[in-house]
Amino acid sequence: MSTVTHDTQHDAHHHGAPTGIKRWLFTTNHKDIGTLYLWFAFIMFLVGGAMAMVIRAELFQPGLQIVEPDFFNQMTTVHGLIMVFGAVMPAFTGLANWLVPMMIGAPDMALPRMNNWSFWILPFAFIILLSSLFVEGGGPAFGWTFYAPLSTTYSSDSTALFVFSVHIMGASSIMGAINVIVTIFNMRAPGMTWMKMPLFVWTWLITAFLLIAVMPVLAGAVTMVLTDKYFGTSFFDAAGGGDPVLFQHIFWFFGHPEVYIMILPAFGIISQIVPTFSRKKLFGYASMVYATASIALLSFIVWAHHMFTVGMPLAAELFFMMATMLISVPTGVKVFNWVATMWRGALTFEVPMLFALAFIVLFTIGGLSGLMLAITPVDFQYHDTYFVVAHFHYVLVTGAVFSIMAAVYYWLPKWTGKMFDVTLAKWHFWCSLISVNVLFFPMHFIGLAGMPRRIPDYALQFADFNKWISIGGFAFGLSQLIFLWLLIKACRKEGEAVSPQVWEGAEGLEWELPSPAPYHTFETPPVIK
Amino acid sequence: MKHVLSRALIFVLSSLAILPVLAASEDTVDAYQLNLRKGVTDISGEVYDLHMLMFIICVVIAVIVFGAMFYSILFHRKSRGVKPANFHESVKVEIAWTIIPFIILIFMAIPATNTLIAMEDTESADVTVLVTGSQWKWHYKYMDNDVSFYSILATQPEQIQNKFEKGQNYLLEVDRPLVIPTGKKVRFLVTSDDVIHSWWVPDFAVKKDANPGFINEAWTKVNTPGIYRGQCAELCGKDHGFMPVVVIAKEPAEYDAWIAKQEDIQRKAKEEEQKLLAMNMTMDELMTTGEKVYLSACAACHMPNGEGLPGVFPPLKGSQMVKHDMQAHIDIVVNGKSGTAMQAFGKQLSLKELAAVITYERNAWGNSTGETVQAKDVNALMNGQ
Repeated sequence: MSTVTHDTQHDAHHHGAPTGIKRWLFTTNHKDIGTLYLWFAFIMFLVGGAMAMVIRAELFQPGLQIVEPDFFNQMTTVHGLIMVFGAVMPAFTGLANWLVPMMIGAPDMALPRMNNWSFWILPFAFIILLSSLFVEGGGPAFGWTFYAPLSTTYSSDSTALFVFSVHIMGASSIMGAINVIVTIFNMRAPGMTWMKMPLFVWTWLITAFLLIAVMPVLAGAVTMVLTDKYFGTSFFDAAGGGDPVLFQHIFWFFGHPEVYIMILPAFGIISQIVPTFSRKKLFGYASMVYATASIALLSFIVWAHHMFTVGMPLAAELFFMMATMLISVPTGVKVFNWVATMWRGALTFEVPMLFALAFIVLFTIGGLSGLMLAITPVDFQYHDTYFVVAHFHYVLVTGAVFSIMAAVYYWLPKWTGKMFDVTLAKWHFWCSLISVNVLFFPMHFIGLAGMPRRIPDYALQFADFNKWISIGGFAFGLSQLIFLWLLIKACRKEGEAVSPQVWEGAEGLEWELPSPAPYHTFETPPVIK
Repeated sequence: MKHVLSRALIFVLSSLAILPVLAASEDTVDAYQLNLRKGVTDISGEVYDLHMLMFIICVVIAVIVFGAMFYSILFHRKSRGVKPANFHESVKVEIAWTIIPFIILIFMAIPATNTLIAMEDTESADVTVLVTGSQWKWHYKYMDNDVSFYSILATQPEQIQNKFEKGQNYLLEVDRPLVIPTGKKVRFLVTSDDVIHSWWVPDFAVKKDANPGFINEAWTKVNTPGIYRGQCAELCGKDHGFMPVVVIAKEPAEYDAWIAKQEDIQRKAKEEEQKLLAMNMTMDELMTTGEKVYLSACAACHMPNGEGLPGVFPPLKGSQMVKHDMQAHIDIVVNGKSGTAMQAFGKQLSLKELAAVITYERNAWGNSTGETVQAKDVNALMNGQ
């Protein structure tokens, strides 16, 4: 295998890790790149979070106090873009970089130079996006969904910057996905058969295929926006023979699989953590794999449930309603399997498990409100209200983000070789858990009571709940500073040394490696029984 | 550890126990309204029932799943000295929890399909209203009568800027509400002049996107007379939060009287307009009316001080066109500018209002051209002279 030869030469030139800034700029090491991705994601999480603080400060009470409506729209737009493309997706890619090679017994990712490239273009994408906020006319203000013609004829000139930055993010994601697929297909250790792979590897493999399928669709959508705005095409302009609804079909054909891109790896993480702290094998491994694959396939035929009010034929509305409801079956199977894994286990509640348990409960709440949203006639009432905002923050914050935090706490001792500060971690967990529910739970109520989303000011009947929501928001934002402090301490290698296995019930190749995991691992493949 | 866990348990269980209680509370509009409104039409009642059915099913599922989970958390913990079991699959159980949810889904889909079919049946309406969204107001045109008008936010800017106390219907009040008859099937044709808007009245369970260049249909049949308030539901730019929908439902007899009166008023206004062509208004008159019109129609984008928003909306203060090219100025106000957010105000404002606002723009904020624009100048341009 050429990869193996290449690695031998590589090691002949470099003994140990290079140091200084060059180590990080030129690195082709999956662990370094994983670390870069994770830190980048965390910084973006704080930047996007700061924008959420601006939004919640403006909504603290009725009337306009802090920002102008146009800037408010820029904040909701860029907050969404940063959290989706800058925080959640890079964090999962970072975890994949760190863990996939160690879990399948590979020495590195299959395409290490492309790996470096796919990370290092990301900061430029976000510098471009953030700098658009400072150009004349302001940044993108049309929502992260950039519906035409608000994003074409009626947008400010920074739209070109927005389009360019989304193109770079898409290229980065596609390269990351190709790397994961090639690594998993070609570099599994002898004996690591498909149905022996850890679920995190399975869910990421399926996610990578989703990414390759839909990121080009997003690239197409932004390109059409670009040519409609600057080059006189009329894809989305009825006056020129186009159709603004076409934009929504294209966007959500990307957008719905994108939702699963942000949750399937989370399913994988929870499926690693729950068995460890239950001291019992994962219940229904095979059905977990099949359920993940079915969710991925179904994700391509449900997109129009994001746009029920746009005006579709009755048959289309019925089809998309029923297809969407079907998704709850494989998703339910996953939740049932996790509960069955815990059933009659021997449970302990270390920090990763606390986050995993919170994930199961809160993600399920988000899933159930998703089922309610699938019902077309009722969705006419929920659509574009805070009920939707509550729903997708339950699945994305207490779902995806909590799973990432669970993963960081689970594997951090493996990465640093030291146990993190458990007291701080528990503070982080309990503060986050309580504040996140104060933040998002009342959104269900104001949504049902009729508050539309993406408004900078609201009717007086929503005032009390909005105050509570904002307080929850500030508390959740501050709680993440505990996490920052903990991570800085962990990176400075403070804390007690840990064993290779770290957690009593942990099983898998990565737990057989020393802690911290050496810079190069599995240079000769392990043998899997 | 144990202490912390029992706290978590209490938190989650109590929030679950609270849910049904919250849902059952009355549906008046108050600061702690928690649930969907039942509304005032048969359809909105059906939608509410469907919502409650879904909600209760979801709560039951949640209680069962979380119940099993918390049972494990309490009784299957290592600190109790339990030995972990060995099982990790069971075909029977796995098939059961695939099939049972599927059956529950069918049970949900049947009433949902019936309601949806009823909602989409816009045939044989008694009254038809064309609803047109534009940045950031609604226009209503009665297709069976010669009546049409714009409906604009009536809340004072000072309330929004926290200078005056906020009124009871803050942000949910308009200058001219839509009026429809009760007990009759009213069909809405929904479209837009610029970006996508969404016309939403929660009490009717009607929310339909207004797409530029296309017409959507929706309908309602209101059972109880009253005033019903909603908002634009689709992000439509800067003032998306400031374009409410207000609908007054009147008894059919009252509605007939109202629509007849409106036809009369609108016919007289047109006659008045013709007379105006022969007259000249004074600068003072034009400036007073012009300022009013400017603040309601133009200031949202060009700002009250005429400076616009750099990079988004051009300034009028010191503008070359405003100061020097009167014909181009009248043209852009009347016909708008395609490919930009500048709307065609020729069909939104009367000749008098157009003349006044153009005069105002040419003389306010130090533009001081000293020229007046009269209704007949505007009329001349509109008729291509």
